[in-house]
Amino acid sequence: MNTRAPAIEARQLIKTYGGQVTALNGIDLVVERGSVFGLLGPNGAGKSTTVKILTTLARPDSGSATVAGHDVLRHPDRVRRAIGVVAQGSGADPVATGRENLRLQGRLYGLKGAALDRRVDELLDRFTLTEAARRPVKGYSGGMRRRLDVALGLVHRPEVLFLDEPTTGLDPEARSAMWDEIGRLAADEGLTILLTTHYLEEADRLAERVAVVDRGRIVVEGTPDALKGELRGDAVHVELREPLGDAGRTLLTGVLRDVPGVHEVLADGHRVSVRADDGAAAVPALLAALERAGVKVATATVARPSLDDVYLRYAGRRYSDAEDLVGAR
Amino acid sequence: MSMAVSQTWYMTQRQLLVFVRQPAYAIITLIQPVIWLFLFGSLFKKVVELGGFGTTSYLDYLVPGVVVMSALGSNMWAGMGTLEEIQRGTLDRFLTTPVSRAALMNGNVVNNGLVTAFQSVVIVLLGLLGGADYPGGIAGIAVLVLASVLLGTVFGALSNALGMLVRERESIIGINTFLLLPLTFLSSAFMAPSQMPSWMRHVADFNPLNWAMVAGRSALSADPDWGVVLSRGGALLGLAVVAVWLSIRTFRSYQRSV
Repeated sequence: MNTRAPAIEARQLIKTYGGQVTALNGIDLVVERGSVFGLLGPNGAGKSTTVKILTTLARPDSGSATVAGHDVLRHPDRVRRAIGVVAQGSGADPVATGRENLRLQGRLYGLKGAALDRRVDELLDRFTLTEAARRPVKGYSGGMRRRLDVALGLVHRPEVLFLDEPTTGLDPEARSAMWDEIGRLAADEGLTILLTTHYLEEADRLAERVAVVDRGRIVVEGTPDALKGELRGDAVHVELREPLGDAGRTLLTGVLRDVPGVHEVLADGHRVSVRADDGAAAVPALLAALERAGVKVATATVARPSLDDVYLRYAGRRYSDAEDLVGAR
Repeated sequence: MSMAVSQTWYMTQRQLLVFVRQPAYAIITLIQPVIWLFLFGSLFKKVVELGGFGTTSYLDYLVPGVVVMSALGSNMWAGMGTLEEIQRGTLDRFLTTPVSRAALMNGNVVNNGLVTAFQSVVIVLLGLLGGADYPGGIAGIAVLVLASVLLGTVFGALSNALGMLVRERESIIGINTFLLLPLTFLSSAFMAPSQMPSWMRHVADFNPLNWAMVAGRSALSADPDWGVVLSRGGALLGLAVVAVWLSIRTFRSYQRSV
């Protein structure tokens, strides 16, 4: 094994389902050892498919990937020993207790005897499941199940941990607790974490580097700060009372570009987003320009740059629209 | 090798837990055979007078039929469990560990075999309670139980493969309801072969359900024909091996589709 190889390296991964739906359209990815890397994108962007290929679950149509220095296609067994996987669905056995689930998982990696007992106790303690350890998992809360899922992925002390949407479906309190736990995991020596999420704030908070995935491609990659830093200034979002036609959109885009301090304009439907050096200062001029153009405004909000804006800029559409598109499919 | 055996055992234990912790399920699956035994047993009591049943008590004749039917009935739904494991994410969790694919499937097979053996013995005992007579004794009962386990393995493995391939409850329900009655009635479950229309008798010769019944019934009779027992039992064993091999192969196509 080459210990200097990146924890994860993927080259031109392409995957289609049934020869029609293109899930991945050439994913390139390098994740350094010991880092937390976030794959960010809406549902259906290709995050989960990427994880399935990297965790040896699915085979790509073409392209190659190594995880912990092992080729996922040629040596899937070596990859499986080196990785921990926490998938979206709670894979824990509902009739078995938390402890039984952990013990079985440990045995599959060859742990046994006192070493297995110790490791299971350690994980139950770490994820505050000791009290619930003797109860069947079907009685667990969503947060407890998720903590157990993460514990299951860590039983054999993997080199690389995959967390596929670790907080989807959790209430805010449980989500915040899970974030703290992931933060602590990341501090553990040597553990590399690949995290997928469709929550922008999650990637912002947990990941050192983020790649934005859209329609099976990585559209931009970098540290959250660098990505946000590239977006100069603030975002001003204006909701319109009536939707714009194509002609109205083109006209309006031209008009707003001429407002002093405005860099970028994106108009679609009944929303207009503008990037400006000083958002608050630009609002009066923007509203005046809109009024001159005969457009009625419902609301105007100013926001500091967020990963949402990063998504908007690089994927060319709004995050929520991309989600809707998937929902409508 | 020992690794594969211990992994198979871990997987079996995991499945048996469901049976042990939710005994209601196992009891419910026994209600139907009880109905078959006592309702059909009473309703068709007089058909033995037609002759060809090899006994004067219809219940004697019916018990092996009901044991085998129950083995089919409980194993053909195995795919639903696999489907649930796929949807819950359990199968994917195991597939990303180093556990052998054969152990995953064999855990199902061993678990289903143990549950089928348990149910078969309960039905045999219920028959005894109802007054059935088993001249073949313990050896005959053992053959019947083994034959029903093998038959259960064939349909359990195929059902698992189907669950992984189609991943729809409706398809499993559709295929099972389509198969259940023809397989049952095109066999010697209720009627002695000599009383069946000749075309039905010929079709039944190719019905694995009938192989298990013929082997079990012969072994349970006062004068077992071991040639019949071995030929039918051997055919069931061969079919079971092919079905399990096919179901393990199905993991590959499952991995292409996830």
